[in-house]
Amino acid sequence: MAVTIGNDGVKHWTLLTPGQQRWRWFGWLALAAITVFCWRIMTADTIWAFVWDAPRQAADIFERMLPPRWSYINQLWKAIWDTINIATLGTLIALVLATPLAFLAARNTTPSVLFVRPIALFIIVASRSINALIWGLLLVAVLGPGVLAGIIAIALRSIGFIGKLLYEAIEEIDETQVEAIRATGANRSQIISYGIWPQILPAFATISVFRWDINIRESTVLGLVGAGGLGLALEGSLNTLAWPQVSLILLIILVTVVISEWITAKVRKVII
Amino acid sequence: MLVIDDLSKQYATGDTALRGVSFTLQPGQLLGLIGPSGAGKSTLIRCVNRLVEPTGGSIRLRDVTLSSLSGADLRKARRRIGMIFQEYALVERLTVMENVLSGRLGYVGFWASWFRRFPEADIERAFALLDRVGLMDHVDKRADALSGGQRQRVGIARALAQDPELLLIDEPTASLDPKTSRQVMRLITELCAERGLAGIVNIHDVELAQMFLPRIIGLRAGEIVYDGPASGLNAEVLTRIYGEEDWKKSSQSEEETDSAPAGVASLSLDPAAVR
Repeated sequence: MAVTIGNDGVKHWTLLTPGQQRWRWFGWLALAAITVFCWRIMTADTIWAFVWDAPRQAADIFERMLPPRWSYINQLWKAIWDTINIATLGTLIALVLATPLAFLAARNTTPSVLFVRPIALFIIVASRSINALIWGLLLVAVLGPGVLAGIIAIALRSIGFIGKLLYEAIEEIDETQVEAIRATGANRSQIISYGIWPQILPAFATISVFRWDINIRESTVLGLVGAGGLGLALEGSLNTLAWPQVSLILLIILVTVVISEWITAKVRKVII
Repeated sequence: MLVIDDLSKQYATGDTALRGVSFTLQPGQLLGLIGPSGAGKSTLIRCVNRLVEPTGGSIRLRDVTLSSLSGADLRKARRRIGMIFQEYALVERLTVMENVLSGRLGYVGFWASWFRRFPEADIERAFALLDRVGLMDHVDKRADALSGGQRQRVGIARALAQDPELLLIDEPTASLDPKTSRQVMRLITELCAERGLAGIVNIHDVELAQMFLPRIIGLRAGEIVYDGPASGLNAEVLTRIYGEEDWKKSSQSEEETDSAPAGVASLSLDPAAVR
């Protein structure tokens, strides 16, 4: 904010000083320049003939996808069941591991801000920085293909997500309630169970169903790297160019996600 | 019974909250602690149950030196010191009963408290206390569904559930309207008299302090500047505690406005009449 006094002695006010205005203008200019530069790099390697052809190709594939091969669904029940199991068990494992981790990471509950908290935060960041698909790739290499690799991949990815949101919820609690419980002579675990746990319970429930909802979606593609579930069937169909099967699988994924979305909304309504 | 000797507290930021505070509380005595905001009232009572760590001096409750306890001994000592808070500090998402029973946490193990399996005697005591503070109809309500006055009564019941010998009461009426304030103060003084409890009450409202508390300590900038009977609070003493102000005029006009709601209060919502 800048107040200047003009020649006539009247105060003028502008949000920015002239110097700040110049910097802001320069910033926009730089942004425009970078955009133009990036566009050039992006288009340099594009084969334009393919791009011009894209609408026709897309229409062609879409045509081959229709109608979906409905009878194929009888081979998919097992894959659907696997997908739901991967998501649910992965989420449960992540919840069990992430909850103590969140208490170690939260500034107000960690045993040591200097030693324990950085380690807990590192685990959370490490888990979050790697996509479930990549976890799956690694685990299939280690454990061999199958549902187990999928479950662990989902769990490893979810620990960071749940841990982060939960520790932020713990840091936002009302400390006077904790103080009141401490004043009764309660021990550490009782302070957590009475002073903190009831306060973070809504966040805990919302985070869990939210992550489960995301995991349903992620586990549908985990099969692409061999970690079981619908993705495995999808990959098989894609490789054999069986487009009517692909369209059926995509349809099933859509329905699964819609149902999980619906369940999530219901659960959230009950809790809040 | 409670002996505070040369107590001082300096925060890590360098602010001195208390310097050389000494006084003795007799059994069954109710003490009002008054003083301007930031005088160290809150710090003082939090030093007693060690929610705040004192940096100097000593605090003795009967034959226990509170200021040197740690771990299990400290928790054991805290069980006998009930605390009542300004903003009630109830666990909002738990029921009234769970809040009252949380006063027994120091006496039961973790799993018993996690599964809410408190001894029958504790539950009976909780019922009796809820009956006494007039909340028998609200036992299973969640704490956040109650009004301010009702919440503070839950807070009182929780503190008494501890079976304390000393009560620390931090601004019990600061979030309440004048009528409810009087009712809550009356309830506290009655309960203390019934049980022979000693208590320290932090209080902003000088009128209310004079009305309910026999002994007053005035704190200013972390030092005791007055210690005597409530009747001794004259304009000169108030100036010593709070600073220069036209005390005569304000206290007179407050008395006039106060007397009217007090009359209405006795008509409609006496805590004893409610139950």
